[in-house]
Amino acid sequence: MSTVTLVLRAGVRDLARSRWLLAYAAGFWVVTEALFLFGGTGPQVVLSLLNAMLLVVPLVALVFGTAHVHASREFTELLLAQPLSRRAVFLGLYLGLALPMTGAFLGGIGLPLLLHGAASDAPRLALLLLATAGALLTLAFAAVAMLIAHGVDDRLRAMARAIGVWFALTIAYDGAIIAAVSAFGDWPLERPMLLAMLGNPVDLARVLVLTALDATALLGYTGAVFRRLLGTPLGPAVALLALSAWAVVPVLFARRRFLRRDF
Amino acid sequence: MMTLDGIRKAYGARTVLAGVSLSLAPGRIVALVGPNGSGKTTLIKLLLGLARPDAGRLVLDGVPCDADGAYRARIGYAPQAPRYPEHLAVGEVFAMLRALRPGAPVDEALVDDFGLRGEWATPVGTLSGGWRQKVAIACAFLFAPDLLILDEPTAGLDPIASGLLKSHLRAARAAGRTILISSHILVELEELADDVAFLCDGQLRFAGPVDTLLRETGTRRLEPAVAALLRGLRIA
Repeated sequence: MSTVTLVLRAGVRDLARSRWLLAYAAGFWVVTEALFLFGGTGPQVVLSLLNAMLLVVPLVALVFGTAHVHASREFTELLLAQPLSRRAVFLGLYLGLALPMTGAFLGGIGLPLLLHGAASDAPRLALLLLATAGALLTLAFAAVAMLIAHGVDDRLRAMARAIGVWFALTIAYDGAIIAAVSAFGDWPLERPMLLAMLGNPVDLARVLVLTALDATALLGYTGAVFRRLLGTPLGPAVALLALSAWAVVPVLFARRRFLRRDF
Repeated sequence: MMTLDGIRKAYGARTVLAGVSLSLAPGRIVALVGPNGSGKTTLIKLLLGLARPDAGRLVLDGVPCDADGAYRARIGYAPQAPRYPEHLAVGEVFAMLRALRPGAPVDEALVDDFGLRGEWATPVGTLSGGWRQKVAIACAFLFAPDLLILDEPTAGLDPIASGLLKSHLRAARAAGRTILISSHILVELEELADDVAFLCDGQLRFAGPVDTLLRETGTRRLEPAVAALLRGLRIA
């Protein structure tokens, strides 16, 4: 087996037995289950699940990922002291972190979806997009976590930075959009809004799922602009493509830092 | 066997190693000593390619060590405070290392002697510091390396394990392998070390046989000899 596979396998074996990751999966399971039982009609279930996912997935990927990289410091050094290439060790470590987290998310929402999804009137496409968006967000923010943790050796400062990124992209971002719209409402804001959305994977994931729901009122300003500019069929494709880019580009930056840094 | 040639390393404005040249000969045990923060761990990390020197180079048997790290196949390393993925079992750690280096010769004598087989299914996260140290040392010996690098190996070991380690180190020396041990516990090193490399403020203040050091400092034991070296530096 290749270095990547072996390091990845060690990571998966380790995290599959981690109580934190099991609790994460169980949390999504309980929320999804509860929404199907008490959440009202299908589209409402998807909306509630989307809101939970958009807040929790980036937060857990950033915080758990940063803590995990620091906890694996000595193990990383052990691997790098072997005659193995840094590139392969990096890829194995990244996938060994990102894939179990993605699996926990997909398992947590997937099981209740399989159990209730067929019977409920929830729109299938929206559910599929929600799962895809959550998986892509996990991949993206696991890489951002690696980028942060390999740049800041102090655990506390790295954690503060990770939470700062989460806060900026989820809470502060929405506030900034509202402020910009109310302050510059008289100017044409389409392009800046579109750029802001492309620069924020959380917003991209939101708009991507909402385009599959008939819930234009909930799109928010960036989503409305997006739909108007690109039209319905092209919109989700562009959002999906941009979100996929977000799942890849941070990995490249994290890899660059990993290859160059001193341990 | 392994030669460091004018190694310099700075972290930001702080110079950790200011031009260190050192030669490690086969069949000898070298004690790397020095006060806290003298650059011992940095020196070891540079030897392993975990960090890269700002200037200078590493030469292994006449061949400069390149960045791809293939030379590390000949090095076994036990860190000072080893940690492994906590949910992996001891046996899984060894199995993974062996799988990562297919075809490499394997020497599991220390695995047996340390009694690690009895902990084969134990998750590494539940082991005590001493047991993790045993795992790390057995990992360092696992591929019968030409160069063994042990960072504070005896700090967490009980006397029995420490004695076992020493006998294995003597056997490795007799087999012509090179051993570099960094430690604060000079008494431990005294009975083993052939050479001393004394690092202080990023410079190698002494490198040579233990006998020479004792003669030059007019002492009979390693501890006062190192203390004399340190005092000499303070006065100078």
